[in-house]
Amino acid sequence: MGRQILLEHIAVPGIETFDVYRNSGGYNSVVKALKELSPGTVVSEVKKSGLRGRGGAGFPTGLKWGFLDNKSSNSKYLVCNADESEPGTFKDRFLMEHLPHQLIEGIIISSYALGVNTAYIYVRGEFKYIIGILNRAINESYKNGFLGNNILGTRYSLDIHVHPGAGAYICGEETALLESLEGKRGNPRIKPPFPASKGLYDSPTVVNNVETLAAVGPLINMGGEEYAKTGIGKSTGTKLISACGNINKPGVYEIEMGLPVEEFIYSDKYCGGITSNKKMKAVIPGGSSVPVLPADLMLKTSKGKPRLLTYESLADGGFETGTMLGSGGFIVYDEDACIVRNTWNLTRFYHHESCGQCSPCREGTGWMERVLHRIENGEGRVHDLDLLVSVAAKIEGNTICPLGDAAAWPVASAIRHFRDEFEFHIANPEIIKNKDHGSIAKYAKSKTGV
Amino acid sequence: MAGFKVDHKQYSKENLKIEFSPATLEKVSTIIGRYPADHRKSALLPLLHIAQEELGGYLSVDVMDYVASMLDIQPIEVYEVASFYTQFYLEKTGRYVIEVCHTGPCAICGGEKISEYLQNKLNIQPGQTTGDNLFTLREVECLGACGYAPVMQINTEFYEHLTEEKIDTIIDRLRNNTKTDNPEGSQWEDKFF
Repeated sequence: MGRQILLEHIAVPGIETFDVYRNSGGYNSVVKALKELSPGTVVSEVKKSGLRGRGGAGFPTGLKWGFLDNKSSNSKYLVCNADESEPGTFKDRFLMEHLPHQLIEGIIISSYALGVNTAYIYVRGEFKYIIGILNRAINESYKNGFLGNNILGTRYSLDIHVHPGAGAYICGEETALLESLEGKRGNPRIKPPFPASKGLYDSPTVVNNVETLAAVGPLINMGGEEYAKTGIGKSTGTKLISACGNINKPGVYEIEMGLPVEEFIYSDKYCGGITSNKKMKAVIPGGSSVPVLPADLMLKTSKGKPRLLTYESLADGGFETGTMLGSGGFIVYDEDACIVRNTWNLTRFYHHESCGQCSPCREGTGWMERVLHRIENGEGRVHDLDLLVSVAAKIEGNTICPLGDAAAWPVASAIRHFRDEFEFHIANPEIIKNKDHGSIAKYAKSKTGV
Repeated sequence: MAGFKVDHKQYSKENLKIEFSPATLEKVSTIIGRYPADHRKSALLPLLHIAQEELGGYLSVDVMDYVASMLDIQPIEVYEVASFYTQFYLEKTGRYVIEVCHTGPCAICGGEKISEYLQNKLNIQPGQTTGDNLFTLREVECLGACGYAPVMQINTEFYEHLTEEKIDTIIDRLRNNTKTDNPEGSQWEDKFF
């Protein structure tokens, strides 16, 4: 346990520069891949590694690569999804800021494996300084012969371009990202066709998250089978967890899959416990879209087993008593946090970010925001909770892209696990109107024992 | 309540003479060259960022039409994009656009109080600009810096672990900053695009 793969060299001074990175063994995988391995071998190593998409969906990377339409006469593209916008998630920013060459290395090998000669990195528009860091690193890589024509004297050529977004959460969805990269509004596309056959400019395209691509270099150095030995079961390798909220040591941590959640939260090596020695109330472990869990279910599954940081363990119990690893955006609430207020806040986020294409999401996110807003402001009605559950259920599964689900799950799960607190808000408008949110949580707690 | 009312504003064209500087035009042609020749429209987002920065701090109809002409696309294709993305401003802003994150993780770490403090300090509501045209305040959704909450962004610069004292220092510094080449002002120098 505790193996560092992505952040192994993070502490080396100057690791963001080409020379230091190269001297620490950086780009070795490119030399190995381009000189010793066929593209097909690289793909099969990635398949063997069990690497899964680190952006949130957890789809096996090798399998996704395998879908790429190799018969098309159009150029193929690799697009790196660096539109990190899921609340609670700030791992890709960390990786790009400190280890830009690790991402470039991963893009080179992946592009080689996929037969791609042009790759784009789509960075969210707010991260302009990250665009600067990436451009500097890309220029260094060109100067040193790792990008451009005939890389390392081989017949393989690759260009990488950085493309800025302009503030739209929806562009993290891969087909919305492609629309945006084509200079359009970020409206997700109806699938099929999938990007693997018709993606960027109607050409076969693979879209991978920053962290996924950054893992490809180390994976090729180690070999797929060796990589698969880290982690547990189908959750192989390591994962970056960005921890935030009411904890003593917020930040980005690389964990080997399988680390117990309790250790992650309370060990000084990671989060360092809850601020001011308060009790933990709830956690959203995979970015704001995944279901919130109360502390007891976060630490142990409903069967009483310790909850681990893996795709499977976090999902144990389904949505009744489980959640998802998602993007690894780990948001911790202490005992004073008001679940109603935080749920309303997240609903406002999804309402703002809905692209407006599908009516269940466009209208439903707004309805949920308004209903939660009135509950939070002491104007809730008795039937509001049933109304919220009903609206959430009608959005879920009825939209082109997963933003609808992402908006519905936080509401449904908050009511599932903290219904008493919502009911308290509705039953006690006078207390709610004189609001001090910490005390509301306490009132609710004293009444309900949550 | 923000977001509950749809405001149908009319923006009109003033037929001003709009043109990038020669240095910018060179940059623009490099950017367009990053995309296939038959997909010049891909350069729209980077070009709008540059246009907003160089041509007055917001995207007027004239500026959007100019960008459309550079990419051989219809003006409507620019309007629909400019109005979709939150980082593009369709109205004049102050020299410093302060964007305070008020989404979940920042909110539980005091983000809302930081926004209130800024509103009182600058004596404006979110969405408004100070009378001296120096500051525009906006409340925005997740800036992707949740571990360093509360967070705000002023133009391109991130400010993290905010406290009232920190805000006082930052605002005072910007108020007294007479230089035009301040780091917060330049969005698209070589180092970015």
